[in-house]
Amino acid sequence: MFYRENGQFKTSYRADQQIFAIAQDRWAILALIAFAFIGVPFLVDEYMYRAILIPFLILALAAIGVNILVGYCGQISLGSGAFMAVGAYAAYNTYIRIDGMPLIVALLSGGFFATLVGMFFGIPSLRVKGLYLAVATLAAQFFCDWAFLRVGWFTNNTSSGSVSVSNLQVLGWTINTPVEKYLFCLGFLVVFALLAKNLVRSAIGREWMAIRDMDVAAAVIGIRPMYAKLSAFAVSSFIIGVAGGLWGFVHLGSWEPAAFSIDRSFQLLFMVIIGGMGSIMGSFFGAAFIVVLPIFLNQVLPVIGHMLGMEISTAFVSHAEFMIFGALIVWFLIVEPHGLAKLWSIGKQKLRLWPFPH
Amino acid sequence: MKMRNLALSVAVATAGLSSALVSTTAFAQAKEQFFPSLVYRTGAYAPNGVPFANGMADYMKLVNARGGINGVMTLLEECETGYATDRGVECYERLKGKNGGATVFQPLSTGITFALTEKAPIDKIPLITAGYGRSESADGGIFKWNFPLAGTYWVAADTIVQDIGKQVGGMDKLKGKKIALVYHDSPFGKEPIPLLQERAAMHGFTLSLLPVTHPGVEQKATWLQIRRDRPDYVINWGWGVMNSTLLKEAQATGYPRENIYGVWWAGAEPDVKDVGMGAKGYKSVMMQHGAELNSDVVKEVLSKVHGKGQGTGPKEEVGQVLYMRGLTAAMFAVEGVRAAQERFGKGKVVTGEQARWGYENLNLTQAKLDALGFKGVMRPISTSCKDHMGASWARIHTWDGSKFVWSSDWLQGDEQIINPMVKAAADKYAAEKKLTRRTPADCQS
Repeated sequence: MFYRENGQFKTSYRADQQIFAIAQDRWAILALIAFAFIGVPFLVDEYMYRAILIPFLILALAAIGVNILVGYCGQISLGSGAFMAVGAYAAYNTYIRIDGMPLIVALLSGGFFATLVGMFFGIPSLRVKGLYLAVATLAAQFFCDWAFLRVGWFTNNTSSGSVSVSNLQVLGWTINTPVEKYLFCLGFLVVFALLAKNLVRSAIGREWMAIRDMDVAAAVIGIRPMYAKLSAFAVSSFIIGVAGGLWGFVHLGSWEPAAFSIDRSFQLLFMVIIGGMGSIMGSFFGAAFIVVLPIFLNQVLPVIGHMLGMEISTAFVSHAEFMIFGALIVWFLIVEPHGLAKLWSIGKQKLRLWPFPH
Repeated sequence: MKMRNLALSVAVATAGLSSALVSTTAFAQAKEQFFPSLVYRTGAYAPNGVPFANGMADYMKLVNARGGINGVMTLLEECETGYATDRGVECYERLKGKNGGATVFQPLSTGITFALTEKAPIDKIPLITAGYGRSESADGGIFKWNFPLAGTYWVAADTIVQDIGKQVGGMDKLKGKKIALVYHDSPFGKEPIPLLQERAAMHGFTLSLLPVTHPGVEQKATWLQIRRDRPDYVINWGWGVMNSTLLKEAQATGYPRENIYGVWWAGAEPDVKDVGMGAKGYKSVMMQHGAELNSDVVKEVLSKVHGKGQGTGPKEEVGQVLYMRGLTAAMFAVEGVRAAQERFGKGKVVTGEQARWGYENLNLTQAKLDALGFKGVMRPISTSCKDHMGASWARIHTWDGSKFVWSSDWLQGDEQIINPMVKAAADKYAAEKKLTRRTPADCQS
C-alpha cells in the first residue's frame, strides 16, 4: 500500500539509473544514514559501541570486500584474514615510520599494500577455479601468518610481536571516545559501500558477474578474464585491507597476528554466504548476523536459564552458543541458500503487491 | 510462511533481550564489590583455564564466608573469552560498567593484556596480570594501571637460567652450553626472548629459538631439530596441550626430561598427568606457590566453601597448581581493595580508580599472608609507585611421576639485569605513545 512505485515516472537516463529505483527506498536509506550519523550517538551506550557497533561496521566493510570477490566475481577466497592483516600491518608501518603521516592516508596505504598482495595471490585464479582456488588463497593466509610472526621489521621489532597504535587523529579531530571511533568507521563504511555499489553496477561489475556465471562464455563475448579477475582481487583486497587497518587501529588498538587468523577468513566467508552472495546489502546482514548473534546468545542464555531456575555455567553458554550458531547457519542455508539479502528482497517484493497479491 | 517464522523468531529474540536488560538493572545493589573474571572454560586451553577460573571463584566465595572485605561482599561474574583477543575485549566492555563498575580486570591472556593496556587508562580500571602479561609493565612510572604482581616472564626466564647455572655448577660453567627455547608462537611465548638473549650474551651460552604454532600439537619438526642440535637444556614456554605434547615428544626422542624446564604455565597437573612416569624429572619454575594441597587456605576453602556444597569444580582439584594460581590472583584483587579501604574508608565499596591506589600500595607482609592462610605458600609482596611487580621470588618444582615436589630453594630474579631492561622497554613504549613518566606528585594521588 505504502511501498509501491505507481506514479513514479522516470524521465531521464539519470533517473532511470539510480541505485534505488523506488522513492520510498531512497528516503528510507537516507533516513537510515542520517539516523546512523545523528541519532545513534544520542541513543546507545559505550558497550554497544565498542562491542557491537564498531566491530559490525568494520566487518561489514570487510564483508563488502569479500563479497566483491566471492559473490560478484565467483572467486572463492580463504585468504581474507590475511588481506586484513596486510592492511593492518602496512598501515601500522606507514603510520609509525613516516613522521606526520595522516591517519586516513596510512589506512589507505594499508589498502594499497593489501591490493598488491591480493593481486599477487590472485594470479592462480587465472588457472584454477572453485575449491582449488580456495586452497591457493589459503596459502596467502598461511604465508601472512608466518610473515607477521617471524619478520621483525613488520612489527617494529617488538619483542612480543604485538603492536599498538594510539593518539589517532584526523585534521585535529582526535579519535578517542567510542562515539568518535564509531563515526570514523561509519564514514569509511558509507563511502566504501557507495563506491562498491556503483562499481558493481558499472561495466567492470558486469564483467565480474559474467566471469562468475560462466567464464568461457564471458571470454567469447570479449571479456578479458585476466583483467576481470585481477581487478576483482585488487578492489576486494583494497577494501579488506582498509577494514583490516580499521580493525587494528580503531577497534583493537593493539593486536597480534592471531587477530587475523584463519578463523577470521572463515568468519568473513560465512558472512558473505549467510548475508547473500553478490549483494552489497547482504554484506551488512551477514556481518550483523555473525557479530551480533554470538554476543546476543551469550547474554540471553544465562537470563533464560535464570528464568527457568537453572544456573547456567560459562562453559555451557559457550558450548550452547556454538551449537545454536551452527544450527542456525544450517537452517538458513536450507531455508534460503541465497542468504538473508534474498529474504529481504522477497519481503520487498511482497510489500510491493500488498495487500492484493496476484 | 517463511516470513512468519522469521517475524516470530525476531519477536522472541526481542522479548529475550528486553528481559535481559530489565533483569540486569534490577540486580544493582550497594555494598558489593564487583570483580569481573575473564575465563576460558572452552577452547584449546580449557583444561588449564578451568582450574584457574575455579580457584578464582572459590576464593571470592571464601572471602564472603569470612565476612567480606570489611563487610563488603564480593561479587564475581565470569565472561568466556576462549583465549581470543577480540572476545576478551568484548567481555571487558560488557563487564566494566556492570554492578557499579568493575574493580579490576585480570585478562588471563597476554594478547588480551596488550589490548586492555590501551583501554585501562581511559576507563580508569586497573589490570592485574599476576605472573604473566607484559614484562615491562612492572615499571609503574609508565604503566600506571598495570600490575604484574608477584613476577613477570622475565623473572621466570631469569630464575630458570639461574637454576640451570646451579645444575651445571656455577654461572661461569654456562659458557659454551646450548639452550633451546621451545615457545608458543604468540606474544606469550615471545616474552622471555629478550631476557634470555641478554643472559646468553652475558654467560656465553648459545640460545636457539624454536617456535611452535598454536595450539602446539605440531612439534615433530621442532624435535627433529633438537635431536640434531642436542641442546644441553630445553626451556618450554608452552601452554595447554603443547606441554604434554612436548613431554611425549621428549620421551619419544629420548631427550632427558631432567633437562627440560617449563615456565609456570607449563608446570601444572594437566600438563604432566597424561604422561605420568614419562615426565618424571620434568622441572618447572613456579612464581612463589606451587601445588599447595596442605596449605591453610586450601583447608579453609575445603571446609567453608566445598564443605557447604558451594564449591566450584571438582574437590580433588582444590590446591593444585592452576587452582592455586587462580586463588592467589583473586587474593591479590581482594587485598588491593582492602588496602584501598584503609585510605578511602573502611567498609565502603571502592571504585576502580581507588582500587588502583590499593594495588600500588599493597603491602602483604608475612604476618598478613599467614593470617590469610598463605603460610609457606608465598613470600611477602609490597608494591610501590615505581615497582608494580612487588616481588620477584620463584621456586623450581619437579614432577616425580605422581606429584610435584620442590627441587630448589627460593630464587630471585636478578634486578641488575631485569630492571634496566624493564626501564628501557617501558621508555620505548612511552616514546611510541608519547607518554611522560609519572611525577612524584602523581605517585601520591
